[in-house]
Amino acid sequence: MLRYAATRLISLTLSLVAASLVIFAVVEVIPGDPAAYMLGLNAAPEAVAALREDLGLSGGLVERYLTWAGGMLTGDFGTSYTYRVPVADLVAARLWISLPLALYALALSTLLALPVGMLAAARRGRVTDYGIMGFTQLGIAVPNFWFAMLLVVLLAITYPIFPAGGFPGWDAGILPALRALTLPAVALALPQASILARVMRSALIETLSQDYIRTARAKGLTEGQAIRNHGMRNALIPVLTIIGLQFSFLLAGAIIIEKVFFLPGLGLLIFQGITQRDLVVVESVVMLLVFAVILVTFLVDLAYALVDPRLRHAR
Amino acid sequence: MRLPVQLLLGALLFGLFLAAALLSLVWTPHAVTQLDIAAKLALPGHGHPLGTDHLGRDMVSMLMAGARTSIAVALLAVGIGIALGVPLGLTAAARRGSLLDEIIMRGNDLIFAFPSLVIAILITAVFGPSAVNAILAIGIFNVPVFARVARGAALTIWPREFILAARVAGKGRARISAEHILPNIASLLVVQGTIQFSMGILAEAGLSYVGLGAQPPTPSWGRMLADAQTFIYANPRLAVLPGLAIVLTVLGLNLMGDGLRDFLDPRLRRAVR
Repeated sequence: MLRYAATRLISLTLSLVAASLVIFAVVEVIPGDPAAYMLGLNAAPEAVAALREDLGLSGGLVERYLTWAGGMLTGDFGTSYTYRVPVADLVAARLWISLPLALYALALSTLLALPVGMLAAARRGRVTDYGIMGFTQLGIAVPNFWFAMLLVVLLAITYPIFPAGGFPGWDAGILPALRALTLPAVALALPQASILARVMRSALIETLSQDYIRTARAKGLTEGQAIRNHGMRNALIPVLTIIGLQFSFLLAGAIIIEKVFFLPGLGLLIFQGITQRDLVVVESVVMLLVFAVILVTFLVDLAYALVDPRLRHAR
Repeated sequence: MRLPVQLLLGALLFGLFLAAALLSLVWTPHAVTQLDIAAKLALPGHGHPLGTDHLGRDMVSMLMAGARTSIAVALLAVGIGIALGVPLGLTAAARRGSLLDEIIMRGNDLIFAFPSLVIAILITAVFGPSAVNAILAIGIFNVPVFARVARGAALTIWPREFILAARVAGKGRARISAEHILPNIASLLVVQGTIQFSMGILAEAGLSYVGLGAQPPTPSWGRMLADAQTFIYANPRLAVLPGLAIVLTVLGLNLMGDGLRDFLDPRLRRAVR
């Protein structure tokens, strides 16, 4: 197990290095000078020179990369050009909206999808199964931000149960904060739950056709017992993969959903960074999101090993 | 052999929007750049079967032109994925176990690890919002998908005897890949292409909703939704119609993909049921 974890950790580090190189390169290939780009067309040459110095743009490519990446490692994300505050502070404040939102959506999606997928698998080929599959087919096709708009019309305007947008802050109490995050989380969760339910269903059906399940049934277990004792762990492997992948979709998807609900999260920060040409903010937030996604992939890999001992001994 | 119902239904749905998009190249009921403020937010009727938007533009014309944008962006993004990903996958399979294979596959893993939407946002942010950059941003993430599918499928073809015969006949790896492997994995690529196509439609809608896709005056479904958000209480029609267009197009493509898979690979049919 330790050896497995160590190899995954090396691969995590390599991915992070590669990701930071890619992001750095994308921002570097901006035609011309980032400082000039950020200040716009009418900037005075002195101002551009001063900003270059400020941003640490005067050094060579390698030096600049090392400064940026090294800063990230120590929690120094640079200083926002427009806000004049450390990017780390901006991110920290907004992370407490985007992260809970993604987790809330992930929880909803998982809690909804697993039982529904199991039900469809248990009733495969019957009306219930076709109904569930048809519904998930629709769920996959719905753009989450459009679903969010429909939810606002229905549950915030026509029946004002939830707020239509904005965030009261966690200081206002957990309940009001969760209420503000509920519609965004539901909107994010629906398409993901549809995918997850389908994966759960086919994983379980696949497992049920295995010889060891037939053996378990032959020795007198009911189908439910066979699934619980022997099928579940095996069926969970593909499901775990998808849950891990979904977290990355949810974090990224949160960016767009935050726009629908005017939630001051990381998404809004990125879009402000884009419109204000605050590249330091954009670069850092993107890197942070990529880091989160790669970290989750790593954790999912570890979770595999816990579910399936065979993987611990593989390469 | 009977065509699966899903395939027919999906093709019908998608065909409808494809036809609308093609028709919009030569004709729309009204010009989409023609503003008619006096007739803004008109209800359906009076020469506007689905009414007009907040600038008095005909909704049917906007939806038709929006279909063109969505389909063109997603199709070109799939094209990028196939054009780059399939040769990469075939090369990796032809040189299985080599350093080249390792480099191609690890590069793939890396791109997979990125949250695609975030990188698409970064690309459009840096290079400026436009339909072309949206195509590139979506297309890049199609490359590893096709590379992986092509490699996996090609690996199952390489051990076959007709490949051995081709090698004995003196054909090189590249030629075998192009002449014998590719035709045998084409059906899988078509199925994957349909799936990536539908994901491309959703991605394009998302990008143009946040203002990073096709720029005005080019109509796009995502931008129509963004515009409609302001009027959503008084005029939900403006938000419902483009959303429905997206849902039906994506649904059509997904049904087509499922149906095609069943049709082209009967072995899977049993497994899916």
